[in-house]
Amino acid sequence: MPKTARIAALFLVGALVAPLAALADNSITAAGSTALLPLVKEAAEQYQAKHPDVKIAVSGGGSGTGINQVAQKAIDLGDSDIVATGHPELVDHRVAVTGFAVIAHPGVGVTNLTKKQLQDIFSGKVASWKEVGGADVRVTVINRPRNSGTRAVFTKTVMGDVPLSAAGLTEDATGSVVTTVKSTPGAVSYAAFSGTRGQGLTELSIDGVAPTDDNVTSGKYPVWSYEHMFTNGPPGPDISRFLAFITSNSDLVHKAGYILLRDMKVTETDR
Amino acid sequence: MAVTAASGIRAVASRAHRQEFVAKLLLRSASIFVVVAMGALLLYLATEGTKLFTVDHVSPFQFLFSPVFDPDGRKPGSLVFIIGSLSITLFAIVIGGPFGIAVGVFLAELAPRRFVNMMKPAIEVLVGIPSVVYGWIGLTLLVPLIRTLTGSNGFGLMAAAIVLSVMILPTVITLSEDALKAVPDALREGSLAMGATRWQTIWRVLIPAAGSGLGVAVILGIARAIGETLAVQLVIGNASVLPTGLLSATAALPTEIVIDMAGAQQGSLLEHALFSMAFLLLLIAMLLILAVRFVMRRRT
Repeated sequence: MPKTARIAALFLVGALVAPLAALADNSITAAGSTALLPLVKEAAEQYQAKHPDVKIAVSGGGSGTGINQVAQKAIDLGDSDIVATGHPELVDHRVAVTGFAVIAHPGVGVTNLTKKQLQDIFSGKVASWKEVGGADVRVTVINRPRNSGTRAVFTKTVMGDVPLSAAGLTEDATGSVVTTVKSTPGAVSYAAFSGTRGQGLTELSIDGVAPTDDNVTSGKYPVWSYEHMFTNGPPGPDISRFLAFITSNSDLVHKAGYILLRDMKVTETDR
Repeated sequence: MAVTAASGIRAVASRAHRQEFVAKLLLRSASIFVVVAMGALLLYLATEGTKLFTVDHVSPFQFLFSPVFDPDGRKPGSLVFIIGSLSITLFAIVIGGPFGIAVGVFLAELAPRRFVNMMKPAIEVLVGIPSVVYGWIGLTLLVPLIRTLTGSNGFGLMAAAIVLSVMILPTVITLSEDALKAVPDALREGSLAMGATRWQTIWRVLIPAAGSGLGVAVILGIARAIGETLAVQLVIGNASVLPTGLLSATAALPTEIVIDMAGAQQGSLLEHALFSMAFLLLLIAMLLILAVRFVMRRRT
């Protein structure tokens, strides 16, 4: 066979064989909510330690991304803080509950705000923390992108019909929000408990109710949501086992900063 | 003997013929593939980018000129992002353009050989740095610096313009230097022979003579700045409001696309609006390429 034909044949064989290798392993891909990300990452690590033949790939991208990608069957598990409206093919698996705290830079000088004050701050009506009893520092609102489940929960439970200020900065993920609030004086934002605990930020109480797990389970603290992992259609055996691992492992859920489903004394249907 | 020699020559000739045919075929196929791929991309962007107007019935006037970006309320006005993109590009080229041309002039006309040999790799390294690194440095060093110097939150037009001006420097420097080197020596010698100083020669003869090349350098710097996404997104603040000053946080076309693209539901108004923004960016890029060709043609 002439040399060029030999090389071409080699390439062709390689191109045909390579994709087959990908079909061989049992891998699970999960992506979506950055609020749920710490739990899924920790669960994946522990699960893979117990079952070395399974590979689990976890990434963020936001609740909207998670829902979109699992609806397109690009991933196996779509992580989300919100329900997937308009996707009847997706099966909802609730794995935990998370509360969301309103976080502020430590120098703002307040620890408690009313819901109305929060609405005014986040809609851009309040220019300085002085106006709500804090230090003389300019308010910098930090929002999440439109597809964020965290933003959707905050809008539903705190803002109501009051629109979020378009002049606020936008940060992609829970992690980057926390970093920016830490380094920007006067900054205020909202993020899941798992990302905000122990970061040295001021976690604001709403109407005198502190953002603690107990206040969420009793229903006193309003900013919380179920953490969903959606599958496109009923889950296969590998995925079912992984989901069961998460929901049955109360230690894992608590350590990662989330609340067990069964601890909730109140229920909501639209989260 | 004569028969084998003749058939031997024929065999060699036909193998050479075949190799030439195969080579030409491969090259031609590669070129056709590239043209087809680019055409497909343009077609895809054009069809998706106009869905906002054909399927969602949003008026192009509202899309281009309304400052209210509210996709949930069916008001995808992209003026904020257009102005944002134009502003950061303008400031970046105002800072980086003259600076880059100055360095290019220095390297082409005034610097000693050794200095040039040292600067060249340094500039190439600047080109090689990925944009996420520029953005990261901007976020960790530049934003806090602007914050302490001005009392704002540090994110905004100024941070983005400074980061961009550094990113377009290598492009402008290299192209300016090439443009000046392309000016024939006869002009230099003639000017000096007439008694002009080196600076007069550079300022009054060489730079005007290299005018079209310098114009290309600036236009390509603009093209780089308008398309830059990640570095800008990290420092511009991503606020969907028109910038009121150098220090206000705002957003640009590529940054808005990257922030909302992954979560936009397929077929939604937001997705169509983002595609229209992408199509707009493509049109701007094509305009800039046309500008380059126009400027180059004026070079006699």
